[in-house]
Amino acid sequence: MATFIGIDYQTWWFLLIGAVFTGYIILDGFDLGAGALHLFFNKEESRRIALNAIGPVWDGNEVWIVIGGGALFAGFPEVYATMLSAFYIPFMLFLVAIIFRAISIEFRSKEPMAWWRKMWDISYSISSALIAFLLGVILGNVTQGINMGADHVFRGSFTEFLNPYALLTGVTTLALLMMHGSIYLVMKTENRLYAKLTVMVRNTTIFFVIMILLTSFYTLLYLPHMAAVIRRYPELFFVPVLMVLAIANITRQITKRKYMFAFISSAVTISLLMVLVAMELYPNMLLSKQDAAYNLTVYNAASSQKTLGIMLTVAAIGVPLVAGYTTFVFMTFKGKVELDEMSY
Amino acid sequence: MNVEILARIQFAFTIAFHYIYPPLSIGLGLIMTIMEGLYIKTGRKLYEQMARFYVRIFALIFGIGVATGIVMEFEFGTNWAVYSKYVGDVFGSALAAEGIFAFALESGFLGILLFGWNKVRPGVHFFSTVMVTLGSMFSAVWIVVANSWQQTPAGYHIVGTGLNARAEITDFWAMVFNPSSVTRLTHVWIGSFLAGAFLVLSISAFYLLRNRHAHFARISFKIALAVATFFSLAQLVVGHSSAEVVAEYQPAKLAALEGHYDGTKAADMYLFGYVDQKNNQTKGIAIPGGLSFLTKGDFKTPVTGLNNFKPGDRPGAVNFVFQTYHLMVAIGMFLIALTLYASFLWWRGTLFQKRWLLYIFSFSVLLPQIANQVGWYSAEVGRQPWVVYGLLRTSKALSQAVSAGQILFSLILFTVVYVILFILFIYLLNKKIKHGPYDNHNIDHSPRHIEMADSL
Repeated sequence: MATFIGIDYQTWWFLLIGAVFTGYIILDGFDLGAGALHLFFNKEESRRIALNAIGPVWDGNEVWIVIGGGALFAGFPEVYATMLSAFYIPFMLFLVAIIFRAISIEFRSKEPMAWWRKMWDISYSISSALIAFLLGVILGNVTQGINMGADHVFRGSFTEFLNPYALLTGVTTLALLMMHGSIYLVMKTENRLYAKLTVMVRNTTIFFVIMILLTSFYTLLYLPHMAAVIRRYPELFFVPVLMVLAIANITRQITKRKYMFAFISSAVTISLLMVLVAMELYPNMLLSKQDAAYNLTVYNAASSQKTLGIMLTVAAIGVPLVAGYTTFVFMTFKGKVELDEMSY
Repeated sequence: MNVEILARIQFAFTIAFHYIYPPLSIGLGLIMTIMEGLYIKTGRKLYEQMARFYVRIFALIFGIGVATGIVMEFEFGTNWAVYSKYVGDVFGSALAAEGIFAFALESGFLGILLFGWNKVRPGVHFFSTVMVTLGSMFSAVWIVVANSWQQTPAGYHIVGTGLNARAEITDFWAMVFNPSSVTRLTHVWIGSFLAGAFLVLSISAFYLLRNRHAHFARISFKIALAVATFFSLAQLVVGHSSAEVVAEYQPAKLAALEGHYDGTKAADMYLFGYVDQKNNQTKGIAIPGGLSFLTKGDFKTPVTGLNNFKPGDRPGAVNFVFQTYHLMVAIGMFLIALTLYASFLWWRGTLFQKRWLLYIFSFSVLLPQIANQVGWYSAEVGRQPWVVYGLLRTSKALSQAVSAGQILFSLILFTVVYVILFILFIYLLNKKIKHGPYDNHNIDHSPRHIEMADSL
């Protein structure tokens, strides 16, 4: 089996795809969160500022899920095919929400009428919240496993995806992104909207802390396999400890009004959550509820060594380029939002 | 209805709707680049106004293109799970490259293109325009490579059997440069440039007919006419070489394109006609032996006909393939005539004096759109019953976990959403065009105008 720096190609792709989805949650996460909070801003000007705070970057952020989806298709076609056909209805809703969200942002500013703007505000906010929630629901089901047999075909009804645990992870994800988004917005705003957002940051953080505690307890009680790796290798306990510290640091930086550091901490929290899930799943990618022998793993679901090798080359050339110009774009638009004639 | 029909309708509907937008983005991208390039070179304000105006139109089109494109990426897995497993190894790498080299490039620089006019120097802005255009062109590269691989597979071997069979890559460059990918990609690019150029021609002709922004419209018209004339002619050459590839690698599809049944006879080339599938014959006005001449260089040589294939190995809808293909060719010929005539008048200095010609141009935006659509219909329906030509049948490629009811649900959902989306798109495009290129001029200070200015 081909390796690169002592790690086999399958594991590299597991890590890379995990990193891309983590990047997606961190980047699109803040604009999804900002969208979920949108209806809490009452004034037209506040809503425009909130929208333009994400204006130049939301589209670039969304590309991360396109890259993630493409990489999953390429690296692990079995997982891609099984997962998407199993989560058919949730994914269709997710796609429709993505369309509505994109056009809400694009269309809102095109007409001055109050009803027009209100309609798109509602559609923008609901679709943002729905995307965040569905991401959590899918995560909750991936960690529980799905009903699939030896042929790796899902044999169940989509209603089983709406189980209590998945609903809980759905709401927790929504809370996480609302916190993440409100911290982003507070960095981009001034004066009265800033004052309003400082309160919102506090409230969403409290909401998130409550939800993550509930989810953690529920996981430990009912999903013992999601803590098995840590039980076996207690030294890995530093990951959840770091996560608790990162969350504590968010509240600390918020109190000190150092929102940049709070935002970094919230991004670190997201990364550690993903690390925790990946660590407990590996080498599995999709669990079978029927029998562990039917699990899709990084080994039985991967593409050929040759394809994985080609893609590593593609990534080695592409990732630094993308990182370079993404930074450039963020630097161009850094600082507080100013509305001008090109704004939404 | 069964799962296969529903899944095909759903995929066809969502991809056809999506395909309205990317060609416009690619074509408009090229025109924007020319306009902004002229601005950088000459420093003339007019070119900057042009670039800014068409960037605003581009933004509207691009947004819908991205949103409807994400659907496509995931629909392979949702509806066609067996197919996804089958081809994942081969063109997964192409799609991954598309994500990282194309989508990330265009979406990354889009922010600067749209919002960066006052934030970066003109040179940096121009660079962003070029990057967005290149990104949108690259995004066509990988998806057309993947689709071409389905038409003319190369650089692979088959591993496993039955539902577990899959194609694995043996030679990456043979896969990328499979027999049809270069000509098909060029064909698609040129179709896209025409879509963009005719949008600009149409908008400019509309202004000239209404006698609005006349100077702006004349210059834009000439830029777009130059692009349209060049690429209409180029499309003739590329389209022909694309048909030659079909003739060599997909004989059943070629036979369906011209409705040619009897493989022992020379094949005619129809100007128009009708395929009578019940009696296995085609009627219409044809150049006798024309297809034989084009593919074999001789009017008499027999060409493989549909009768050479078992009924289960031929495209089901021969007349549909025939009609869509001929409509595409007819539009292509008309565009050549139209642009050559207009260029001739330009040379004579009487281009804008014929109102009837401007009327034709103001509606001409639809023609490349229709040609792009029907061209794809004939390419994809002509490939049937195979999803991967000669290797995997469409009927075997479906998701086993998905029921007809689920697909029907999503089909209805997307139909409703896309109808709303299309109405809004046309409404806003129309509004942007009517609003015109200028923001800062002719402002009277009535409350309505202040409100309008505030909304931009």
